[in-house]
Amino acid sequence: MASITIRDVYKSYAKMQVVHGVNLDITSGEFVVILGPSGCGKSTLLRMIAGLEEISGGTIAIDGAIVNRLEPRERGCAMVFQNYALYPHMSVAQNIGYSLKVAGVPTAERTQRIQAVARILELEQLLDRKPMALSGGQRQRVAMGRAMIREPKVFLFDEPLSNLDAKLRVQMRSEIRKLHRRLSATSVFVTHDQVEAMTLADRLVVMNGGRVEQVGTPSEIYSRPASRFVATFVGAPAMNMLEGEVTLDGLSLLGGSRRLAVSRAGLPVGTKVAVGIRPEAVRLVAPGTPGALNATVDLVEELGAGRVVYVDLDGAAFSVMTSEAVHPAPGSAVGLQFSEADLHFFSSETGSRLDVFKASVPVPAL
Amino acid sequence: MVERTPILNFLTHVILFLGFVFCVAPFVIVVIAASHNLKDVNDVPMSLLPGSDFWINIKTAWTTADLGPKLLNSFIMAAGVAAGKVIISALTAFSIVYFRYPGRMLIFWLVFITLMLPLEVRIVPTYAVVANVLSPYQTILDLTGLSWLIEKISGVQVSLSLGLLNSYTGLILPLIATATGTFLYRQFFLTVPDELTEAARMDGAGAVRFFIDILLPLSRNNMAALGTIMFLWAWNQYLWPLLITTDQSHATAVTELKQLIPNVGGIPEWNIAMAGTLIVMLPPLVVVVVMQRWFVRGLIATEK
Repeated sequence: MASITIRDVYKSYAKMQVVHGVNLDITSGEFVVILGPSGCGKSTLLRMIAGLEEISGGTIAIDGAIVNRLEPRERGCAMVFQNYALYPHMSVAQNIGYSLKVAGVPTAERTQRIQAVARILELEQLLDRKPMALSGGQRQRVAMGRAMIREPKVFLFDEPLSNLDAKLRVQMRSEIRKLHRRLSATSVFVTHDQVEAMTLADRLVVMNGGRVEQVGTPSEIYSRPASRFVATFVGAPAMNMLEGEVTLDGLSLLGGSRRLAVSRAGLPVGTKVAVGIRPEAVRLVAPGTPGALNATVDLVEELGAGRVVYVDLDGAAFSVMTSEAVHPAPGSAVGLQFSEADLHFFSSETGSRLDVFKASVPVPAL
Repeated sequence: MVERTPILNFLTHVILFLGFVFCVAPFVIVVIAASHNLKDVNDVPMSLLPGSDFWINIKTAWTTADLGPKLLNSFIMAAGVAAGKVIISALTAFSIVYFRYPGRMLIFWLVFITLMLPLEVRIVPTYAVVANVLSPYQTILDLTGLSWLIEKISGVQVSLSLGLLNSYTGLILPLIATATGTFLYRQFFLTVPDELTEAARMDGAGAVRFFIDILLPLSRNNMAALGTIMFLWAWNQYLWPLLITTDQSHATAVTELKQLIPNVGGIPEWNIAMAGTLIVMLPPLVVVVVMQRWFVRGLIATEK
């Protein structure tokens, strides 16, 4: 159990800077997920915590002690790798026990601890096998066992589930969650899969382009994204974004072809904004319904429990998620209705959130 | 594309068989010649039906050339060279692949360039060094005037001397340095996933630990392949053992074969010479047969 404090950490390779001044506080026992697209610097950040990557600037402290200059083994972290990185020539038991062997733990105690870990992970029957004779999920569990046996202060996961098939991934996800509840060790988990991130995280860190975009609980991040990037990255299908401009009586969208009457609460007329609305916050109504935006259906995707309806709004693509039993034919006209509370506004220039529109009345289209 | 027609199958087998005959024929002739008596072996043409003196010839060859100790010498040298090469090249490649230090690429290329300097090319300086390993240091001391200084101060004349002629060390050491082995290991180490290295670091293993616990067991097949090749190569060395073993006690089997080859004007005992050849050929043959499985695995792609 340990807290991690990251202060102004940046990382550069030769001339390229890949992580730009990250600040992050991870409290003891917390499960933090770092989410971001590939190349956003999330793995680099994790590897800097682990000590596998040198820190170009700033400090990382574990339990208050700065670890910048410490070797990985001295930091008390254990890591689970994306490709498991099991030693191919060692049996499962040897793989799990290797760190203890290096540390010079006597054989008797080692065997006992290997047994204990194997019991938790249900690997007891497989201890004599070589990694090659294991399935993906079993290898994953061995990798977890290897991390667990050291009783580390911090668990680091580098996309550990991305090599598993969909079903196993869901299963391992809940196993990791259960394991964390049981060990309650501080955990940092890196992934590009937002479902994984949402389900696992106590707190979610969204990164983009080497910067932290937002830190918050999964529901905070979903309901109040701090930037346009977070808004479109988290949530599937992605949040709809429409370019607009603040006018005297509300908003003019898509170069003036559509208008919404919303309170503009202090934003100066002429401010360029991006208006975001989640597909699941939009209701499909009959075309021509008062207060609804009219659009043409492009495509309907059947999900079983619901449908994603892709519509065309004056050339702009827009998606609607509905669980109602409506099956609009492609090419037919529909009306889109939503309430003002579900709208998110972002600055067109900086992409950051503008918190000015507050009312929760149905939005009348003009 | 794999063709499977009876005619083509037949044709490929014929080609294969011709190749086999081509390779094996000289060997068969050696075996037959070794089984003839003195008169039959000198018949023109020599009879290709085996004679009955095989064991007698083997025994004569063994005692005439004193092959027992010579085979042991050969074995010590070949095994020493093979082991030395495997160890040295593994260490060199480990350093080149896993450590970042200035001059790393320079060292790699220096090692690589030695491919163009086989023993035969550098045999005179190598001989000079082996004759007195310390002679380079003596030269340095002489040139810097240090030996003169020491002599003036203490009255002791500096004369460093450590000869390796007629010793196993002298036989083995100069043959150990190898670029091929380093290169083979380097290529293999490059295929070992980085994550394995990192996992070992996370598990607390230092460089030496990682090398011994992870890298060496993984490169078992490579070691077997390199060891086999180098054993054969060292066993067949002729020029170097001939040069530095003036004393019979350290002569190797391959150089001693010449004892069995009839001199001009001597008795043409080619049957004995062939029998000796067979004996000398046997150990490498056994090594290849035994090591074949690992040998092939070490040279093809790594198992996954």
